[in-house]
Formats: sequence, C-alpha cells, structure tokens
Amino acid sequence: MSSETTDVHAHGDEHGEHGTMTKKRIWKVFFILLAITCVEFFIALYLAPHHYIGANYVNPIYIILTLLKAFYIVGYFMHLKFEKLDMALAIIIPILFIIGLILVLTNESHYWIDLRL
Amino acid sequence: MSTAVAQPIDEVKSTPWSGGRSPFNAEYGKIMMWFFLLSDAFTFSSLLISYGALRFSAPVWPAPSLVFQSFPGLFEHDAPLVFVGLMTFILIMSSVTMVLAVEAGHRNAKKEVVWWMIGTIIGGLMFLGCQALEWTHLHGEGFWWGHIPNKETLQEFFKPGVPLLQQQHTSQSFANLFFTITGFHGFHVFTGVIINIIITVNVLIGTYQKRGSYLMVEKVGLYWHFVDLVWVFVFTFFYLV
Repeated sequence: MSSETTDVHAHGDEHGEHGTMTKKRIWKVFFILLAITCVEFFIALYLAPHHYIGANYVNPIYIILTLLKAFYIVGYFMHLKFEKLDMALAIIIPILFIIGLILVLTNESHYWIDLRL
Repeated sequence: MSTAVAQPIDEVKSTPWSGGRSPFNAEYGKIMMWFFLLSDAFTFSSLLISYGALRFSAPVWPAPSLVFQSFPGLFEHDAPLVFVGLMTFILIMSSVTMVLAVEAGHRNAKKEVVWWMIGTIIGGLMFLGCQALEWTHLHGEGFWWGHIPNKETLQEFFKPGVPLLQQQHTSQSFANLFFTITGFHGFHVFTGVIINIIITVNVLIGTYQKRGSYLMVEKVGLYWHFVDLVWVFVFTFFYLV
C-alpha cells in the first residue's frame, strides 16, 4: 500500500494527463453508446423483421456496431486511449489471439454440422 | 542529456525501456488490473466462441425475439428485447457514474466520489435484480441447466415446421449456454458490486484522502467497465444475432 503512495508522488506529472476525461466528454461518450444501442434496436425490431436489410448483412452490422461500442468503452471509459502506446499495445495485441480461436472453431462447427445431418 | 553529442560511453540511459521506472508510466496495481482483465477477456471469449460454434453447428436455434419477449410484471408477450434494453441502459448508465466517480477522484472531491460510487452500486444492484427476474421468467417456462420446457411451450420459440427432436436438442444447448454465460457475467457484476461497496467504505473513512490519491477508485472502475464491456458482447450474441 505504501508503495502506491510513493509511486503516485513520483509520477506527479501523470495527473495532468488524466485531465483528458472531462465531464463533458464523459457524457458525450455516453450518448454515443446510447445512440449505437438505439440503432441496434431499430435494426432488430424494425429493419430486420421487415426485410429492409438482407438477412446476410444483419449479423455483420451488429458485430461492427458492437466492436464500435467496445472501442468507446475501452478507449474512453477505461482510459486506454490516453495511456502510453506501449501500455495499450500490451493489452490489445494479446486480444488478437482470440481471432485465431474464432477462426478455428467456426471452421470446426462447419464440420460438426456435416456430422449431425 | 540527449542534447549533448559528446557524452561519455557509460552515460546512464533514460529512455522508457532502459530500466529504473515503469515503461508504461502507470502504477503497478493498475497494470495488474489490466492484465487480470485481459485473462478474464480470454475466459469470456472462450465461453462466447463455444456458444458460437454450437450455434453454427445446429440446424435451428430458438429465435431470440420469441424467447425474450416478456417484460416481467408488465407484459407477458409481444415486448421483444424491451426488458434487456432496460438492462443494457442500466449497465451503461452505471458505467457513466463510475467514470464520473473516477473524474471526481482526480479532483480529490471526496463527497462527489461517494455519491457517484453509491449511484454505481445502485445501478449494479438494479441490473442484478433485472437478471434475477429474467432468470425466474425463463425458469418458469421450463428452461434451466439440463431442463427444457414441454413440447407445447417449446413450439412458441421456433418458426413453424421444425421437428420436435431438433427443437429439444437445440433448446438444451441454448439453455445450458444461456445460464452459464449470463450467470458467469452476473457473478462478475455481483463481485463488482461487493468491491464497489468496499471501496466506497474506504472513501468514506478517508483512506484515500490520507493517501493523497484516489487511484483505487480508478482500478475498480476498470473492473466495472470491463463488466459493462462483456455485457455489450453478451447482449449482441444472445439477444440480437
């Protein structure tokens, strides 16, 4: 616990950097998140059931909107956008391994469906 | 130091990665929280990707707009996604109050931190309450780990013409995955609320005021936002797709 105190005082200049997340910006990000969620509902409840968007396009749109929301939460609320680049890369690069698992299991599931039919 | 060209060869380097300080310019506990969240992200993605694989390999799947169409206490039917929309709003809102608490912490405004933290705790409890209602509703219909509704109820969740055996098989996968994944997320919300309460008590008794920094609020904030982040994905893959 005492190490935290000393560390904070040693990096006193760090506080200036944290000022980037002002109240105004917090509410702005909130309304962006809310707007994206509303768009998702509009697609799910109106556009998709009435076939205004092709069935093949709906899910990719959801995923893009979800990743956009993830960017705003991680970047602004979790403050990663204002950390040092080295810090951000240490978190983001390992996340890319998840793409590998998605590709492997998607491929596998296509094999399973052949087994079941 | 770097401006002088003719420096002795044993000059002490001061670049971020030459030692003596954190190259990330972040406090130790905060970095560790980030790495914990990274590992947690792998756990949740494993769960969600397994769900994706099982769903891709199934010929049919219960339609989300038919399964999730009740608003407990108000509408029994015909309100697709409304209740989960409320839950999403509550969680995003509590993320906002959390980040406002962090912002107040940077200004060392103890009173404001306390109020925003209390707001976050209330948001978390409301979310857990909503989830309890939804679980109760699905349980009432017959869904549970290892249990599915009877065939009359089951038919309501599929487009007409799906054979009963396929309905039963795929509904069992759905029930197990739904309760496991939302349960694991709900458990995270629950622990988040407990940790938030502990931190609020610490703020109240002046621990961080004495320390001169509200960095702990920021660390639990990271955890709380992560819980919100996971919900964004659970919401998309269980309720929208």
